[in-house]
Amino acid sequence: MNDVLLTFILIVIKLGLVLGTVLSLAAYMVLAERKILGRMQMRHGPNRVGPFGLLQPLADLIKLLCKEDLIPERADRWVFMLAPAISTVTALLAFAVIPFAAPLHLFGRTIPMVVCDLNVGLLYLFALSSLAVYGVALGGWASQSKYALLGGLRAMAQMISYELAMGLAIVPVVMASKSFSLTAIVAAQQPWPNAIRHPLAFLIFVIAIMAESKRTPFDMPEAENELVAGFHTEYSGMRFGMFFVGEYLNLIVLGAMLTVLFLGGWHGPLLPSVCWFLIKVLGVAFFFIWVRGTMPRLRYDQLMAFGWKILVPLGLLNILVTAAWLLWRG
Amino acid sequence: MATLLFYILATITLLSTVLCLTRKNPVHAVLYLVHALFALALLYFLLGAPLLAAWQIILYAGAIMVLFLFVIMLIEPPVAESRTSGRVIHWLIPAILSGSLLACGGALIAMDPAATNAIASYWMTPRDFGRALFVHYGLAVEVISMILLFAAVGAFHLGRRYRPTTKEDVS
Repeated sequence: MNDVLLTFILIVIKLGLVLGTVLSLAAYMVLAERKILGRMQMRHGPNRVGPFGLLQPLADLIKLLCKEDLIPERADRWVFMLAPAISTVTALLAFAVIPFAAPLHLFGRTIPMVVCDLNVGLLYLFALSSLAVYGVALGGWASQSKYALLGGLRAMAQMISYELAMGLAIVPVVMASKSFSLTAIVAAQQPWPNAIRHPLAFLIFVIAIMAESKRTPFDMPEAENELVAGFHTEYSGMRFGMFFVGEYLNLIVLGAMLTVLFLGGWHGPLLPSVCWFLIKVLGVAFFFIWVRGTMPRLRYDQLMAFGWKILVPLGLLNILVTAAWLLWRG
Repeated sequence: MATLLFYILATITLLSTVLCLTRKNPVHAVLYLVHALFALALLYFLLGAPLLAAWQIILYAGAIMVLFLFVIMLIEPPVAESRTSGRVIHWLIPAILSGSLLACGGALIAMDPAATNAIASYWMTPRDFGRALFVHYGLAVEVISMILLFAAVGAFHLGRRYRPTTKEDVS
């Protein structure tokens, strides 16, 4: 019983740590994106609040909290209020299974540096990412506005299409590491990360998560020049803020997923494992921001055709080849 | 304890399904159905099949229901709701249902915080599951998937509207 209680307390501590880190990281991701994009466009980005604009996220938070919370008269009130929460919660829950450092040896106990090492951890992540669609879709539907509805529809179609490609890209990794547990997957890529072993899966996965996070070049759901702001057109104040935070949390989740599945997780020379994990996640996030600053938006039919006619068949082929290779190797 | 949880979860599933059947608003119906699927997934977990629980959420809640929602959003004109939708009853029932689901989930975690020792007497790992599905019942699975393929092709054929193809009809 004592042991169970200790495990429980440890989980709560890890939960608090992860939650605090991730939420503040998401806030600063917003600032980082604005700064980096600014630099790429020969601007300075926000630099008025605090030194180097470092207090900007705080100022934004206060502004969003003080804004009036509008609900359109015709809106489906409760669904409207629920949608942003779904979007944020699904992103936050994902961190429960992500191993962020090497296991810690303390007082003769081995403490795994993951909130909960589920043996179906990968499927858990996948389930959450497929549920994240609801936040966007319901937000778009409940607003009772044309722009929001169209944005929601686009987001749904895009997310379920690319989820398929994402799932197919993960299969070779699971086949090679023989486990759904993320800890086991990290352990399986000790000498070489999966990005080198499964380059095609890596490529498909990167493209799919970019579409999954609805970022440029796949940001049709919120294409400003056609749909105002897509599914969150009618949202204001902190409800909009929750969609916004959800989006950046999602950026970190996907960065962490890419790190764990393909970039070797927390493995790395010299530095402590937490540092390596953070470096990789932030590197992926920087890459996403960089792409946003560089690439134009795709057309909607191009996006769908690319997902279904190129990525999905490629993913299937990749599974076939990997399976044959594994079978041949024995 | 596990038996009690089973009955609570079963009640939640049934209630949500009944509510799904009686809703006038199709999107609300879909939401109740998703809720029922969640409860069902927890039931699978309780019965010692975490893989099945995960697939239940990924496939049914995450993919099939989203498709339902997609179709509803495409064809159903948004129902103009009046201000009466702000009444307590509109959120009380969903709140009670999802609250009890959350409590059940919490109880499951509290019984087994590290997800290592099984609650059920039978615990099926993903490996066992795959072996049972593709080795023991391999032929049956193949046959069923072929039948599903026929069904899909048939539905596609029946659902296709025959019309003279014009030059504009490229897509």
